[in-house]
Amino acid sequence: MTQVAYTVKLGKLDSITEAPTHYCAGCEHGILTRLIGAAIDDLGIREKTVMIDSVGCSVLAFNYFNCDHIVAAHGRAPAVAAGLKRVHPELMIFSVQGDGDAASIGLLELIYAAKRSTPITIFLVNNAIYGMTGGQMAPTTLEGQVTTTTPFGRDVHMTGTELDASKLLSGIDGAAYVKRVSLAIQEISSHRGSVYTIKNLLDAKKAVENAFKVQALGGFAFVELLSTCSINWKMSVLEAKRFVNEKVVKKFPLGLYRDTYGVEKQ
Amino acid sequence: MGKNRVYLKGNEAIAYGALEAGLNAYFAYPITPSSEIPETLAKEFGNKKYPEYKFFLQAASELEAINMVIGAASGGTRAMTATSSPGFSLKQEGLSYAACMELPLLIVDICRAGPGLGNLGPEQSDYFQGTKGGGHGNYRLIVLAPATVQEMALLPRVGFDLAFKYRNPTLILGDAFTGQLKEDVEFPEFTPQHYDVSAWATTGAKGRSPHILNSLELDFQKHFKHLGKIYEKYQQAQEKEVRFEEYHTEDAETVIIAFGIASRIAKGAVNKLRSKGMKIGLFRPITLWPFPAPQLKALASQGKRFLVVELNMGQMLEDVKLAVGDGVTVDFFGKWGGVVPTEAEIEGKVRRLEVIAI
Repeated sequence: MTQVAYTVKLGKLDSITEAPTHYCAGCEHGILTRLIGAAIDDLGIREKTVMIDSVGCSVLAFNYFNCDHIVAAHGRAPAVAAGLKRVHPELMIFSVQGDGDAASIGLLELIYAAKRSTPITIFLVNNAIYGMTGGQMAPTTLEGQVTTTTPFGRDVHMTGTELDASKLLSGIDGAAYVKRVSLAIQEISSHRGSVYTIKNLLDAKKAVENAFKVQALGGFAFVELLSTCSINWKMSVLEAKRFVNEKVVKKFPLGLYRDTYGVEKQ
Repeated sequence: MGKNRVYLKGNEAIAYGALEAGLNAYFAYPITPSSEIPETLAKEFGNKKYPEYKFFLQAASELEAINMVIGAASGGTRAMTATSSPGFSLKQEGLSYAACMELPLLIVDICRAGPGLGNLGPEQSDYFQGTKGGGHGNYRLIVLAPATVQEMALLPRVGFDLAFKYRNPTLILGDAFTGQLKEDVEFPEFTPQHYDVSAWATTGAKGRSPHILNSLELDFQKHFKHLGKIYEKYQQAQEKEVRFEEYHTEDAETVIIAFGIASRIAKGAVNKLRSKGMKIGLFRPITLWPFPAPQLKALASQGKRFLVVELNMGQMLEDVKLAVGDGVTVDFFGKWGGVVPTEAEIEGKVRRLEVIAI
């Protein structure tokens, strides 16, 4: 088995404030906040970073990231990011979007930001549901999955099949970096009972860093992060993580979809 | 351009006017009859005469364009877009956010006939949408209404100035007629005023605390206060920024109130009626918001009658009635659907009113 060396900075990060987050117990948004903060600190870019806060569970991110923020309208974060990047190319601009925000109401903005190879970084938290509004069907909701607007399970004959944003962007030349990772810790079998590995998180950390590096190289970077929403999925936290690692990954396979600059090899 | 006289379409004049006003970034989406604005700005991109003009991009939708303007304006730059009525409806979302985030930006609406797709002829039927805050929530745009190509050339200067002074989106509300009209224009020397944006622009939190441009405030009291601050700003604008033109109003018994292209036709009618010895005047609001209500009230108190002429079904009419109050004769003459009233029609309308008044 190949050993991969990872470094994890412990303690307080410059780019993260001390405000307690509003995220629900078990939600991976908090983990992603930490991973992004660590990447910003490690790359030393906090003072030139602007976050575009999207509408959804990430909308209060201005309380958590110690950098400049613009709070965009629902789905429009990539357009706002593009507008700012064009007049201030020296800035590092990123957004954390949800699946409803990026893959439904803001799909045009996402696709065109990629198509024009806009040097920005988009993190798409895919938890297969509209979390902030209380658990309605998202474009990424799995077939048969129960949500408040698909109470009998998602009927793909009526709603269409799940929208795969990474696959969609992988067909766009302007997208320099497209990767799908999982933020759900994974259960591994052990003779002593349940044991969890954080390998997914370490992979996600690398992808988050790469996404900023690609922007610095002048490319559009996109990382889709599979996540849970145990509250709206009506599962326990660990059941939800298992659901991601067993069910969601089958529909949304993890992996590298595009890497124009070859940052993964470096 | 310098001081040279040039022969331009209204839309071209707005484009050059914006360049002379120090435009930094333009985000386009084509729509007739406003497309000469992005076409001109695409052509002039890279012209060394306009070193401040750094970016031009054709967006994929009206929504993308206005949100790019929001991004660029957040960076403290002079950003702009233009559209026409169906597109202006789509801009409302962005304008609502921009107003709450207190972003200075300039938008142009070359109004065509609506509702829906309507047609490509002139209307002034976006008056409500422009002056009343066409998106959701409590807000106003500062609205400037040009009546000539010369004014279209100069109002972008005023527009950017007011946008930065008040940190509020500013609208130039033109119409298909003046947008397509070709006239002689001059561009007097102009140095755009510098506005310090360092207290709010999102340019990276280097050596300072983060700047957060945000329309979200979950705390009701805090949101009440934030909007209260904006409300005060609007009151100041109402006191200080009203612009209008008066033409023979002093001795007039009947005053026509009209803006934009309607006011030009009305001016012709006033001249004709004057030449026949009738005491007619014209009052032309240049700022549709803030609306010159006190000035109209003053005219009303002198016992004058009013005729509002618009290319719509009576939108500014409501503001005029509010301004002059009860007991004042306010009549209305409107055309719509792309149809423009003739001087003779306005003349006839005034004559009929005079007969009734006698």
